[in-house]
Amino acid sequence: MLRLALKMLYGDVAKFVMLLGGLTFCALLMTQQSGVFCGLMLWTTSTLRNIKVPIWVCDAKVEQVNEVVPMRDIEVNRVRSVEGVDWAVPLYWGIIQARLRDGSFQGVQLTGIDSATMVGRPARMTAGNVDDLRLPNAVIVDQIAIKKFKRKGIDLHIGDTFEINDKEARVVGICYAEQSFLGQPYIYTTYERALEYSPPQRKRLSFILVKPKDGVPPEEVARRIGGIPGLAAFTDEEFTNRTIDWYIKYTGIPISFGTVVILGALVGIAIAGQTFFLFVHENVRHLAALKAMGASNTLLAEMVFLQAFTVGTMGYGLGTGLTAIFGNIFLKTGEPPFFLPWQVLAFAGSIIVFICLFSAAIGLLKVIRAEPAIVFR
Amino acid sequence: MTGKDSQPAVSTRGVTKTFGRGDNAVRALKGVDFEARCGEMTMIVGPSGCGKTTFLSVICGTMKADSGSVDVFGTDLVHLSGGKLTEFRGVNVGFIFQQFNLIPTWNILENASIPLLLQGRSRREAEGAAAKLLTEVGLGNRLDAHPRQLSGGQQQRVAIARALVHEPRLLICDEPTASLDAATGHKVLELLKASACREDRAVIVVTHDSRIFHFADRIAEMEDGIVKGVHGAGEYKPQYV
Repeated sequence: MLRLALKMLYGDVAKFVMLLGGLTFCALLMTQQSGVFCGLMLWTTSTLRNIKVPIWVCDAKVEQVNEVVPMRDIEVNRVRSVEGVDWAVPLYWGIIQARLRDGSFQGVQLTGIDSATMVGRPARMTAGNVDDLRLPNAVIVDQIAIKKFKRKGIDLHIGDTFEINDKEARVVGICYAEQSFLGQPYIYTTYERALEYSPPQRKRLSFILVKPKDGVPPEEVARRIGGIPGLAAFTDEEFTNRTIDWYIKYTGIPISFGTVVILGALVGIAIAGQTFFLFVHENVRHLAALKAMGASNTLLAEMVFLQAFTVGTMGYGLGTGLTAIFGNIFLKTGEPPFFLPWQVLAFAGSIIVFICLFSAAIGLLKVIRAEPAIVFR
Repeated sequence: MTGKDSQPAVSTRGVTKTFGRGDNAVRALKGVDFEARCGEMTMIVGPSGCGKTTFLSVICGTMKADSGSVDVFGTDLVHLSGGKLTEFRGVNVGFIFQQFNLIPTWNILENASIPLLLQGRSRREAEGAAAKLLTEVGLGNRLDAHPRQLSGGQQQRVAIARALVHEPRLLICDEPTASLDAATGHKVLELLKASACREDRAVIVVTHDSRIFHFADRIAEMEDGIVKGVHGAGEYKPQYV
């Protein structure tokens, strides 16, 4: 009988297509929008992945990684004196204007790393050598800089120059860096040169990068550093979560994406619920005939739930499949951001399950209430 | 074996059924006494609104009577619970409906095998039995056809095969010729009479169609919620038309 229940579902082509379309659209909207949202949230923490270190130290007032409250340089030595710290190095990070050959300006994320240890250097060089950063006026630019400069008509190569704060910057290498939420390219140089490029300020140390000694948990070392008045310390994971939480809490991004996701779910419920109800309503005479011929309510419930969950599974598969295709296409271009964790798929799956349960339940009420005697009317 | 010496298949005493409450209450059955015997085709006739369909629903177990007794092959349907009643119908009752009630998305082989599938028989067994009966009613070469591809008469033949496939002891027919022209209606009744009327089986037909009265062994005439009289074959002259 269950096989025949599916035949009943597929046989009503118009309603089947409508149901499938509604659920596919619902799953697509929920997963695609959530995927772009997660990708955007991932962008907010790209600095943490581009400069991969176990512990980040910053001013106690800093709430997330894209915010800088400058500290005094002597804080590096105070952090080094904390028990369990293996090494601690300074990092400059700030948004600054670069002046191109044609006189136009481009905002860049200037990243000054420790020249002695090169901690925080780009992980993936696509051209040039990272050690050349020690040469005079040397900078390494990322692939986004190449793209952005090209958009302005400047083909940037190793050996080319541009200006940062009226000082010459010479490209000695090109690296790959994860794109950031701010969208501006990363320009790497040494800490000392970054201070020369940046506008004069009394305090200019942005972050202190720390590694704990072997065997000492990073959380414990971060807790100890956090005990220094005026400083805060977070493990890489803590800072990532803190940054994402900040963007969720203080920007309208989740509301915007959340609204679309909720609308997707509501459209799914409305289309699938209504269509499935109509499907059952139009078949109620046949279902009542089955009831008259000896079909129990349990069997009819199994048939209705099987129909609902079959179309639900197909809609979910198609919707997430389309999202995967979308993701694959846009991951290659890098924009818009896209990241599809399993939690999003589980969330969309649970919404689809809810829609199926809801649709089947309203249809089933109709079936259970149907008197088998209606077949004689 | 027909006539007074055959076994009673269906016997009701004082069956009442009221729909609605208070001022809106409608007494559809007002104490129906009725008997149908094995090996016979009993027709229930009467004007519209006299309670024929309600009574048919009660004796086949798709509706519960408010009071009275409904005995079908020795089982009192009034005291059976919902689940037991469904089971009883599934095993003992075959249905032929006015509108055929064939499921349009299933082919006729699948439609005709429903009662056996509902009893838990395997697909092979159910479809084997259904194919045999469909062949007997002249549709052996159309097993893959869907109901909409068949004429009204052919659809009713599928309904007959579906009603008989599980060999029920009671066959209930509700206006089986109402959707058919006279010639097709005659053929359907001939088929029904030939394949369904056996000594261990009773056939009850509710009809308005005076053209088929001569197929009946007995005719129970209903009026205003009671059985007014029972007539032998050929004795009945309709008063209400």
